[in-house]
Amino acid sequence: MERFYFIEFTYLAAGILFILGLKGLSHPESAKRGMHLAEFGMLLAIVGTLLHHDIVSYELIIAGLIVGGAVGGAMAYWVPMTAMPQRTALSHAFGAFAAALVGIAEYMRHGAELEGVKMGAINLEVMLGALTTTGSLVAFAKLQGLVRGTPMTFKGQNVFNMTLLAATVALFVYTLFNPGAAAPFYAMIALAFLFGVMLVMPIGAADMPVVMSLLNSYAGLAAAATGFVLDNKVLIIAGTLDGFSGFILSILMCRAMNRSITNVLFGAFGSVKDDAAAAGEQGEMREINVEDVAVQLAYAKQVVIVPGYGLATSQAQHVVRELANSLEERGVTVKYAIHPVAGRMPGHMNVLLAEANVPYSSLYELEQINHEFPSTDVAVVIGANDVVNPDARDNPQSPIAGMPILEVDRARSVVVLKRGRGRGFSGLENPLFFKPVTGMLYGDAKESLGRLIQAVQQA
Amino acid sequence: MKPESLIAALYVFALAAFLGYQVISRVPPLLHTPLMSATNAISGISLVGSIVIAGSLGHDQMKVLGYPLSTVLGFVAVTCATINVVGGFMITDRMLRMFKRKELPAAKGDGKKALKG
Repeated sequence: MERFYFIEFTYLAAGILFILGLKGLSHPESAKRGMHLAEFGMLLAIVGTLLHHDIVSYELIIAGLIVGGAVGGAMAYWVPMTAMPQRTALSHAFGAFAAALVGIAEYMRHGAELEGVKMGAINLEVMLGALTTTGSLVAFAKLQGLVRGTPMTFKGQNVFNMTLLAATVALFVYTLFNPGAAAPFYAMIALAFLFGVMLVMPIGAADMPVVMSLLNSYAGLAAAATGFVLDNKVLIIAGTLDGFSGFILSILMCRAMNRSITNVLFGAFGSVKDDAAAAGEQGEMREINVEDVAVQLAYAKQVVIVPGYGLATSQAQHVVRELANSLEERGVTVKYAIHPVAGRMPGHMNVLLAEANVPYSSLYELEQINHEFPSTDVAVVIGANDVVNPDARDNPQSPIAGMPILEVDRARSVVVLKRGRGRGFSGLENPLFFKPVTGMLYGDAKESLGRLIQAVQQA
Repeated sequence: MKPESLIAALYVFALAAFLGYQVISRVPPLLHTPLMSATNAISGISLVGSIVIAGSLGHDQMKVLGYPLSTVLGFVAVTCATINVVGGFMITDRMLRMFKRKELPAAKGDGKKALKG
């Protein structure tokens, strides 16, 4: 009995420490300590669990802890910050798979004797776990560039997906009333795995912030369902926190794009619609050379840098910082404007710039910086496109109409660093590029920035 | 599952959801990536369930390497969940160490290379 109380106490302590840990994340200063609390909570819960009276042998547990610890540690140590979205996607897959396996193992052990409520919890756990596993793997493949990032669609896709979902739910309900029927249970798992693939396949890479948040949420809910299956409160607490965190993030991301979740999931946004895009604005793009940009920057009072996914792909975060350094030495104020959906996951740009030692006090959110653009001498757009597209504000017919944007076109001068003349991920023409204030600097961002630094120092 | 424990579990769920909403809405966008990897690591708590399954013996007929299949699934679950916990917390720490209020004289690691110019 003492043992039972001790184990339950470690779980209670872990639950409290997790909440304190997340509370710490409300500020970068308190975040580190908060995480240490959460880590300690996890350790307590694991130690408590190892004393569980059902455990008869430790071989497999220790083996799993060692293998998992080594793989997880290696991944955390070596993964570059630019690859953070991929790593997170992979991590969602592992977490969800673990939850699904726990559910399957519970079913194997207790199968027919399960009553409705517990069977429902197992079903929920296994279904969410399975679809999150494959969904996250597809997201990983897209982010890593193993498959192309554009939406993959086929005729009747939404009908097919809905049928798939309906079949999965039907098996879900059937097994509730017939827990002994193993075949429908395993069929449901198979369908859920397939549904995960189908769900993420049609979603474009630019919509990944929403998908990542959503998968985060599902992985958490799967863990919470595990808590119901095992009647373990700390699992419920931790899973629910994760589930809600993902849910809140997906709402924030959708709001930052002025789109609904259904539109993101089923709209296949960014699949090439030639007719719509070709009808877009035409005109002359003004190309500008490094020397001119350098002079503009060197004699500016305020420069705002707007990073986008292109910054991550060309690994240019350190060079940006270097350029900012040499500008600041000349007395130029440099600020960074971060759009909530810039990059491939929430907060992606902030982490990249933090890696390059940019102090977080120079990073500004959309609402904080937008009113400063009119008094900004040069806005430098690096590998961002849709988040600075003035059509979202001016053209109600635009597919991204109403999306909050960084209003760089209000700056006195705009420099756009871009790899080529192509369109962004959404396939939309960006009128910003044709405005008289805008100069285009083509080429790899890292290379262009390197040349800019030299030119600024000579200016 | 006894009705009382189900109700107790529902209470925990509802209160955790409410608390989670309050706590997480206060996280600034600056820290959204660490938030995601931290909650991910925390939800690796399914490790707790996996450990019990990997350490206890099922009565299933099917054996893999002499272990009941469900126990082996438990082992795989322990591995996956540990990857999540260890990797998630380590990378969150790594990210949070990078967030600095003001400039520090010397940059660490990759930063040093970039700053030499």
